[in-house]
Amino acid sequence: MMTMTYKNIQTEKEEQIGIVRLHRPTVLNALSHELMEELVAALQEFDNDDKIRVIILTGSDKAFAAGADIKEMSDETTVSIMLKDRFATWDKVRKTKKPIIAAVSGYALGGGCELAMTCDIIIASETAKFGQPEINIGVIPGAGGTQRLTRAIGKYKAMEIILTGRPITASEALAAGLVNKVVPAELLLDEAKVMAKEIAKKSPVAVKLAKEAILKVFDTSISEGLEFERKNFYMLFSSEDQKEGMRAFLEKRPANFTGK
Amino acid sequence: MSEENILLVEKKNSVAIITLNRPDKLNSFNDELTFKLQDALKETEKDATVRSIILTGAGRGFSAGQDLQSRSISHESGQRPSLGDSIRRRYNPVITKIRRMEKPIVAAVNGVAAGAGMSLAMACDFRIVADSASFIQSFTKVGLVPDSGSTFLLPRLIGVTKALELMYSAEKLDAQTALNLGLVNKVVPQEAVMKEAIELAERLAKGPTKAFGLTKRAINKAIFSDLEELLEYEASLQEIAGRSDDFAEGVKAFIEKRQPVYSGR
Repeated sequence: MMTMTYKNIQTEKEEQIGIVRLHRPTVLNALSHELMEELVAALQEFDNDDKIRVIILTGSDKAFAAGADIKEMSDETTVSIMLKDRFATWDKVRKTKKPIIAAVSGYALGGGCELAMTCDIIIASETAKFGQPEINIGVIPGAGGTQRLTRAIGKYKAMEIILTGRPITASEALAAGLVNKVVPAELLLDEAKVMAKEIAKKSPVAVKLAKEAILKVFDTSISEGLEFERKNFYMLFSSEDQKEGMRAFLEKRPANFTGK
Repeated sequence: MSEENILLVEKKNSVAIITLNRPDKLNSFNDELTFKLQDALKETEKDATVRSIILTGAGRGFSAGQDLQSRSISHESGQRPSLGDSIRRRYNPVITKIRRMEKPIVAAVNGVAAGAGMSLAMACDFRIVADSASFIQSFTKVGLVPDSGSTFLLPRLIGVTKALELMYSAEKLDAQTALNLGLVNKVVPQEAVMKEAIELAERLAKGPTKAFGLTKRAINKAIFSDLEELLEYEASLQEIAGRSDDFAEGVKAFIEKRQPVYSGR
């Protein structure tokens, strides 16, 4: 398989886990268009790699990502920014089929917060700060912030965060239900790997269909969603993993899922 | 007006000594001193060559707390200052930094530690105290609420019973009684305070700094995890107290060097 070399991110594989690290240390991992394209390429590479079952997306101690690259955007007009369609890359991040765990330390602001929310699980270090400060520079979130934050923590808290632009701490994010877990900064990646390994042991077919069904919540009515879930449930009965999983359960032994 | 060398920082043998240096004002805090202290704490936290810190005061006092003279100005103009904001911007970041910084911090209490000065000493990990030193929860004397973490730290260090007694009475607590209450680590003759503090800090600086830092983090989690929330709450309560007639009278009486007459409002 072709392994690409990247300028703005670093990738690494550890057993069944693919790790993407945002790496623009001089600008607190500001999300330039080039970085986003590299991120999409790396995610697709892991998505297509049968050995990889879970992806971890992380940044540095100081910053997951401090936001979009404002320098790139400051001179744009409505027409020029529309034509560039810079959010097309974001849609591709969203379409990643394997589960993505965001391991967030330091700043996750603006696009950084939106990127974390595009992931499926968020583990934060005690030093993490989440926020949508776009209002401070005269714009609003543009990569899903108003939609995902509101769905994650409700209208009232989302309004406060987006209208004041004031960031929240990791413990506030935990209380609000924005993150799954808060851990000491030094153990952030280890904790993310623990969760990744636990998920990697499950049937990758079932994991994929479960993720798909959960994400469907945001696009459908409950009755359509239930139908979608049921179809995915039925579909799994054509997999070897379903046979193995249920057999192992009855034989009281751990299952060995192959992804077939 | 800026004063010369209002805060001194000296680094030697992996120890940083931070000295509050307004001796003629008993090292009471004006804006400049609080902001310089914030900066000095940030710098020593970042400086990897510093592995323990001493906080002390120049001259007769450790710190008399808030400089009431610097606050009286706005009183004379008839405007009541926002004490809540002042505390949020000035004292709370200092207290938080001292507690959260993962390096041992020793307070060398060379003389009186009153009000926010007492809070400062209590936020440190160790208190080495001159036999002539004293502690005062002076806040209620001028119609205020104990702030800068005092309502949080003092009951945790000596229990609610004694804490409330000290807060209501606003009376001096001498060094020996402070030792008996478990408020301080050691009482030594006045002239030996810095020597003792330096010995302790140098010993700490040779220790396993990482493990010390993690120990402090665990104690913070166990005992001080609500610190930020309580500091914020104290600031709100001080905002209320700052609008009271009793505070206006308290400061006026202090400036006029007479006994205050409180109305209870």
